[in-house]
Amino acid sequence: MALQTATQGTGAQADSVGLAARLGQNRTFLGVLFMLPAATVLILLLAYPLGLGVWLGLTDTRIGRAGVFIGLENYEFLFDDSVFWLSVFNTFLYTVVASIVKFGLGLWLALLLNNHLPFKAFLRAIVLLPWIVPTVLSAIAFWWIYDSQFSIISWTLIQLGVIDHYINFLGDPDMARASVIAANVWRGIPFVAITLLAGLQTIPQSLYEAAVIDGASPWQRFRFITFPMLTPIIAVVMTFSVLFTFTDFQLIYVLTRGGPLNATHLMATLSFQRAIPGGQLGEGAAIAVAMIPFLLAAIMFSYFGLQRRRWQQGGGD
Amino acid sequence: MGFTRRDLLKSGAAVTAGLAGSRLIGMGSAQAQNTLSFEPEEGAELRVLRWRRFVEGDERLWMENTKKFTEMTGVPVRVDSESWEDVRPKAAVAANVGSGPDIIVGWFDDPHQYPDKLVPVTDLAEYLGGKYGGWYDAAQRYGMRGGEWIGLPLGASGACTVYRQSWVQEAGYETFPTDYQEVLDCAKKLKANGHPMGLALGNAVGDGNGWTHTILWGFGGKMVDEDNNVVLNSQETVNALEYVKELYENFIPGTLSWLDPNNNKAFLAGDVGATINGISVYYAASHSDDPAMKEIAKDINHVNMPIGPVGHPTELHLFTQAMVFGYTKYPNAAKEYLRFMWEKEQYEPWQQAAQGYISHPLDAYASNPVWTDDPKNTPYRDCVKNMLWNGYSGDLGYASAAAMADYIVVNMFAEAASGDRTPKEAAERAAKRAERYYRV
Repeated sequence: MALQTATQGTGAQADSVGLAARLGQNRTFLGVLFMLPAATVLILLLAYPLGLGVWLGLTDTRIGRAGVFIGLENYEFLFDDSVFWLSVFNTFLYTVVASIVKFGLGLWLALLLNNHLPFKAFLRAIVLLPWIVPTVLSAIAFWWIYDSQFSIISWTLIQLGVIDHYINFLGDPDMARASVIAANVWRGIPFVAITLLAGLQTIPQSLYEAAVIDGASPWQRFRFITFPMLTPIIAVVMTFSVLFTFTDFQLIYVLTRGGPLNATHLMATLSFQRAIPGGQLGEGAAIAVAMIPFLLAAIMFSYFGLQRRRWQQGGGD
Repeated sequence: MGFTRRDLLKSGAAVTAGLAGSRLIGMGSAQAQNTLSFEPEEGAELRVLRWRRFVEGDERLWMENTKKFTEMTGVPVRVDSESWEDVRPKAAVAANVGSGPDIIVGWFDDPHQYPDKLVPVTDLAEYLGGKYGGWYDAAQRYGMRGGEWIGLPLGASGACTVYRQSWVQEAGYETFPTDYQEVLDCAKKLKANGHPMGLALGNAVGDGNGWTHTILWGFGGKMVDEDNNVVLNSQETVNALEYVKELYENFIPGTLSWLDPNNNKAFLAGDVGATINGISVYYAASHSDDPAMKEIAKDINHVNMPIGPVGHPTELHLFTQAMVFGYTKYPNAAKEYLRFMWEKEQYEPWQQAAQGYISHPLDAYASNPVWTDDPKNTPYRDCVKNMLWNGYSGDLGYASAAAMADYIVVNMFAEAASGDRTPKEAAERAAKRAERYYRV
C-alpha cells in the first residue's frame, strides 16, 4: 500500500512537472503570462478610471454622495451651457494654434541642432530645459512675466520706447488666449524638437551624399529626403503633442484659472472646476468624457496614418 | 463610528447634575460650561491639513500651539499645509474616498457638501459658544446643518478697504469713505491723482468673490431668496453692475486678470491707492526690514467695506472652518485638538501673532488686544460679525458651493465692468447659470 502511494505520488509529481514543462513551451500561454502584469496595470489604472468616468458622466453624483443614473441629462445641460461651448472653442483654438507653432518651431530647432554646432551636447541640454522644469514652476514664471503691473516684457518694451504703458497680457480675453498659447508653445517645443532630432539622426547620411552628387539643393534635400523620412516620427510626435495640449490643465490653472470672463477655460479646467470645487462630479465627468471623441480622432488619425505604407515611406495619399 | 459623543471628561463647576447627560447649553448662556475635554483614544495620532499661511505669524503660532497639545496629551500631530486653492479639492477627495487627514481646515461651505462624511462636533461647538460669548450668526450658519454642528468655525480672513492715508487725504477725504457714492467719487479723484484703486476681478476665490458679493448684496441684489429660488436677474443686480462698471473705469489696468496675490503686490509696489484685502498687506509692510516698506506701513490704513443702499453691512469674507472626517480612527483626539486650539490661551496668541489676519467667530475674542493695540487693526475685528454667507439669503449646500466655484457673481461683474456685456445681459446670463445649480 505504501509502495503504491509512493508510486502514485511520484506519478502526480511527474504529471505536474510535465504540465509545467509543456506550458513553458506553449507560446500562447507564455504570451498571456508575460502580458498579464502590463494588462493588469492597464486595466486598473487606465480602463477602470475611464469606465468609471464614463459611468459618472451618466449619473448625478456629487462630492460625498453617490448618484443615480440620469442618462444623458448632464450632456443635455452642457449642450445649453455657453461656458461649456466657450471652453470647447478655447480648447480647439489652444490645441490647433499651439500644436502648429510647436511643430514649426520644433522642426526648425531640430534641424539646427542636427548640424555640426560647437557645444552641441550643451545646446541640446539647454533646449530640453523648458520640458524638464515642472509645469507649475514654469507657469508661475509666466505668471510674473505676464503680470499686469510687473511684466518684464512690458518693462523692457517701455525702456526701449516701443510702448508707453504696460501690456494687459492676462486681463484682455484675446490677449489672455494668446498668452497662454505662447506659454504652452514655450513649454512644448523641446519635446517636439528633441524627438524630431532623434528621427533626423536615423536618416542615413548616404542619402544626402547621393543627393548632393545629383546636385540637389538644400530645399530639395529637405523636401525629398528629410521630410519623407521623418514622416512616421512626425505622426507620432504630433499625436502626443496634440494629446498633451488638448488635455493641458496646469498652465491654465496657475495663470488664469480660466479667466478673464472664462476666456481661457479649457475643457480640462472646466471639468475640474465643476467636479471638485463645485462638487458636481457627474457633470465634471461628462465634460471630461466629452473630450474623448476628439482625443480618439487624433489617435485614429495618427494610427491609421502610420499603417499606410505610403506614409511610412514618406509619400502622400 | 467608533466613538460616542458622550465620551467626555467633564469637570469644573459647570458640570452639574443638571447638565450631565444632556446637550451642552447653547450660546452665551449664563451657565456656560467652563471646561470640557475629550479623552484621546489609545495610541491616537492625528493628521491635520490646513491652508498655507499668508502671514508668517499664523503658521508659527499654530505649530507652537500644536506642539503644546502634543506635550500635554502625548498625541502626535502632523500638520500639512496646502495652497488655498488645493485645500478644497483635497477635502472633497478625502470625503469621497474615505481616507485622508483626520482634520481639514477648509473653506466656506465645504462641510455642507458632504455633511454625512463628517463627525458632528455639536458638543464641542456648544461648549465653545457657551464659554466664549456665542458664535456670530454667519459662523453658526456655516457650521450648522439641520440642528447639528458639522464644522467648527475658525473665523474668516477678513477683508477691509486698505488705503494709503496720505493719498486719500490728498483726494479730499480724511479717511476712505464707506458710502457707495463717496467711494466712487474718491476712486475718481484717486485716479486723477495717479493713484487708482484696484480690486480683483479675475477668478479669485478670496478677493474677487469677497468684494463683488458685498456690492451685489449692498444694492439689495442676491443670487437666491430664502427659498433658494434664483432671483439674480433683478433691478437691484443691474444697479450693482452699473455701479461697478463706473467704478471699474477708475481702476488700474489689469484687474480682470487679478488673482488673490495681485492686489497685495500692486499695493506694496505703490501702484494703487486703495484696494480691498485682508490685513496681509499691512502685515507684510510692517514686518518688513525694508525702510521703504516701513514708510508704506505708516501710511496704510483700513476701513470696513462700504455699506450700500440697503443700509447695513453686507460683507462676504473668506470663511474657514475645521472638519473632522468620519473615517478618522481618533475622533476624540481630533475634537480634543480642536478644543485646545480654540481655547483662549491658544486662540488669542495665535490671532495676535497673525496680527488679526483671521477674524474670530466667537464674540469673546473681540476683546483680544490685537484689535486695539494697533488701531489700524480694529476694522478687521468685526468682519465675521458683519458678514453674510455664501448663497445669501438661501441655504448653504451643493448649489451655493457650485455657484461660487463657477465664479458666477465674479464673472457677472467682470462682464459688465469690461463692457463685454451690458449689465442687463450680464445679469440674465448669470441668473441662467445659477439656475443650473439651484435646479434641484
